[in-house]
Amino acid sequence: MCLGIPGQVVKITDPTRNLALVDVSGVQREVNMDCIVEDYRPLNACVGDWVLVHVGFAMSRISEDEANATLKVLTELGEVQSEVDAMRQSGQANVKL
Amino acid sequence: MKYVDEFRDPTKAKFLLKEIQALVKSIEVTKTRPLYIMEVCGGHTHAIFRYGVETMLPDEIELVHGPGCPVCVLPMGRVDDCVALAETPGVIFTTFGDAMRVPGSKKSLLQARAEGCDVRMVYSPLDSLALAKENPDKQVVFFALGFETTMPSTALTILQAEREGVENFTVFCNHITIIPTIKAILDSPELSLDGFLGPGHVSMVIGDSSYDFIADHYNRPLVITGFEPLDVLQGIWMVLKQIAEGRSEIENQYNRVVPSGGNPAALEAIAKVYELREFFEWRGLGSIDHSGIRIREPYAKFDAEQQFSVPALKIADPKSCQCGEVLKGVIKPWDCKVFGTECTPETPLGALMVSSEGACAAYYQFGDLEKIHDAKQKHEETV
Ligand code: SF4
Repeated sequence: MCLGIPGQVVKITDPTRNLALVDVSGVQREVNMDCIVEDYRPLNACVGDWVLVHVGFAMSRISEDEANATLKVLTELGEVQSEVDAMRQSGQANVKL
Repeated sequence: MKYVDEFRDPTKAKFLLKEIQALVKSIEVTKTRPLYIMEVCGGHTHAIFRYGVETMLPDEIELVHGPGCPVCVLPMGRVDDCVALAETPGVIFTTFGDAMRVPGSKKSLLQARAEGCDVRMVYSPLDSLALAKENPDKQVVFFALGFETTMPSTALTILQAEREGVENFTVFCNHITIIPTIKAILDSPELSLDGFLGPGHVSMVIGDSSYDFIADHYNRPLVITGFEPLDVLQGIWMVLKQIAEGRSEIENQYNRVVPSGGNPAALEAIAKVYELREFFEWRGLGSIDHSGIRIREPYAKFDAEQQFSVPALKIADPKSCQCGEVLKGVIKPWDCKVFGTECTPETPLGALMVSSEGACAAYYQFGDLEKIHDAKQKHEETV
């Protein structure tokens, strides 16, 4: 919950509500991008970006290197599995494999 | 140094450890007492144990594991309130998985579910909102908890519910805020700290300037730190360097994620939806002024505390629990009388055993058991 998890923006799903499909370790779900979009980086420009996702919200943009290093640590802490499981189990997760 | 090779850059880790050794030697007070450095964030606590960071550090440094695990500081009375909400007819109670096993005075949410309550684990508050839209004949309550890292997500979900005119969605707001908490720790007479590792992801939201009072009024260094093991070592090194040079400043080791001004969109949502509570009750720490937030009046229809009758009883922790002393760093987890016996991750008595970010569970899982055993014996001999 607190550490978040890196994911890569796959496509924009709902421009009016700032929603995008984000791939997190192979699980894709819709993520809210309100805290990421900025005037100089509108929603459309975010496809391909790596973001740190906390409980369904992208909270910060990170580099691909940072994303990979973070994923490694989270795997070692056993957090990746629990985050991904939570996404899968969540009654409403838009999980598409 | 059994784990150093797992670090992102082992050479750098070894270099930092050498530097830390040298710095400690140059700090005068370490001749008479250890330096106490608190990591505020539970994510740091987890990483410190997983990578054995404590065992690599010189004896002159004591890491104090702070109260930064939101699940661990949830008071029993609040868990009872959750259970009462879950037991309300027509309610679907939704929560993050971490909170399911936290013991209340009679039961946990997991037990309530086993008894037939509709308790569901969700990954995101957005999933609760979607559940409400799918079940218009039910009331869906979301159990919101966490520091500033998760606060914006709840606020943005409430704003979305309002835009969409959802009538059957409420939030039981248990968010807590970091600054008054650190201030309470600094004012606590039981505890004297030499410096802080600041939380990475809370800071990503609030930025660095909110911490200025720690440097300016309390003359303590704080270094905002990432949660990779190498980050933690570098954060400790930066704190020590400040102490050695007689400085107290707010520094940012984690600037690859934490911008100085925080996240403007997140801060805006927080300001719009929440206001400070006069005080908030913490497990083990008692009441801390202004440490909790509640939902503002314009959003009252999304506030479970206003829409349902919540018992809100104050329930004392079980006598045998010493969670408060552990949280404040006054004793080590293994010094607690029930550590590893009556209280284990499978049968947690205190909340610090529930989450892997809690100091007790982290010690239990990754701690150097031999060291713990020796210390426990020594402790028993001296008592
Ligand atoms: S061992 Fe259990 S009761 Fe004791 S401080 Fe830790 S969590 Fe609390």
